[in-house]
Amino acid sequence: MNIPAGLKYTKDHEWTKLDGSRVTVGITAFAVEQLGDITLVNLDVKVGDEIAAGKAFGTIESVKTLSDLFAPVSGKVVEINKELDAKPELVNDDAYGKGWMVVIEATEPRAIDQLLDEAAYAEHVKASAH
Amino acid sequence: MADTAPRLDYAARVMSDSPPPLRRTSLYDRHVKAGARMVPFTGFEMPVQYTGIVDEHQAVRTACGIFDVSHMGELEMRGEYAGQVVDYLITNDASKLVDGQALYTCACNEQGTILDDLIIYRAAQDRWLIVCNASNHDKMVAVFEKAAKDHCEFEDRTDATALIALQGPKAFEVLALAGGDAAKLVELKSFHFRDAVVANVRCTVARTGYTGEDGVEIFCAWNDAPALWDQLVTLGQPLGLKPAGLGARDTLRLESRLSLYGNDIDETTNPIEAGLGWVVKLDKPMFVGKAALEKVKASPLPRKLVGFEVTGRGVARHGYPLRDMDGNEVGICTSGSPGPTVGKSIGLGYLPAAMTAIGTKFLVDCRGKNVEAVVVKTPFYKRS
Repeated sequence: MNIPAGLKYTKDHEWTKLDGSRVTVGITAFAVEQLGDITLVNLDVKVGDEIAAGKAFGTIESVKTLSDLFAPVSGKVVEINKELDAKPELVNDDAYGKGWMVVIEATEPRAIDQLLDEAAYAEHVKASAH
Repeated sequence: MADTAPRLDYAARVMSDSPPPLRRTSLYDRHVKAGARMVPFTGFEMPVQYTGIVDEHQAVRTACGIFDVSHMGELEMRGEYAGQVVDYLITNDASKLVDGQALYTCACNEQGTILDDLIIYRAAQDRWLIVCNASNHDKMVAVFEKAAKDHCEFEDRTDATALIALQGPKAFEVLALAGGDAAKLVELKSFHFRDAVVANVRCTVARTGYTGEDGVEIFCAWNDAPALWDQLVTLGQPLGLKPAGLGARDTLRLESRLSLYGNDIDETTNPIEAGLGWVVKLDKPMFVGKAALEKVKASPLPRKLVGFEVTGRGVARHGYPLRDMDGNEVGICTSGSPGPTVGKSIGLGYLPAAMTAIGTKFLVDCRGKNVEAVVVKTPFYKRS
């Protein structure tokens, strides 16, 4: 299972990457594996929207199921990955790269320190798989 | 000791609130070894996918897929009157079958709603096999066993019988490699079956399936299935054969507009509104549900099951409300998913009869978001 070091993770199987106060958000390889073939990424936010940590900001549809996307931190949406509109499979192909979903300008960037590091997330995945 | 054991076991079951443990088919180890994700399904641990639903779906459409469907129920009725009892329990006409012929049908209750959809097989005038959905196994055992009483013999063969489906344009090429008389199975007509030896395993092969592709379903002894599976996988892999799970089975059957019991049909739906009027033979002298279905047929249908395409951005799922263009709730989605071969988001659902014409627009309520959809002709996919 690919769980890159240096990222922070949520229990909902999202990854976050902090760059200054900007937090890039995507879903983990484990989430992708569970979902299977992703056919649609619906981002219900636009650039400029304020979102609150824990609130859904979109949905992801695979052939078999639907899953919510939750904001890992509060802040303002500054970028969304428009490419996923036409190419949702980017999430399957490159979950930690081209499959990113949104960038949030975090109100409290240090909030991501509360999230799981790669070791803690690996433990969480182990528990989720059973 | 021997005679106290069952009583202890009974006591343990009565006292425990936990659900019974999941059962495994004889192919369980094969699935795990092939990397399948196993999920609970109608009391069994079954493979939902191996390499990916779309990948397996495409393998079945373009080459061949092999499915373990051993969880399904196999019931046998034997004796001089077996055929008549079977015919009385089903909506389709069993009396026209010849030995070696199979028939898709519904079994209804007295209210004319659907107890199960089945395939029945006439092995001989006095020997009939019934394949029922795993989810309805206990119910259908009760129905057939009760009807058989005093008229014919009933046997539940489910635990002794494995079932492997080999589906796709290359299914018969794979069989041709399996030795014995398997090469000649291509001569079987659709919905016909016969005993055969495939890869040294004695089995019964039927030209039936649940994918919309050509292919066969192979019955064999529970413990013979692993050897048969291994042989077919080894022989078929160079031709593009892949093991396929429940996920692909669902997308394949949906594209071909085959009903799924528990989703599209159940005890609240009748075969006429479900688009299964072609398996209801009201000219039969009698069968369970006939009077109720005559009434259904005599008046205009309030609702019908239709196929639709989601034209907006969304995927319709089982249970989502369907709304008219003004937003009023008018129906319900019974099945839906992306269709890997048709390349569209498709579904089935019940709509008021006035809204079932091809081209009618309506809305699917995808968890609070209304997404546009249109009634289309089915099947969504038909093999060329």
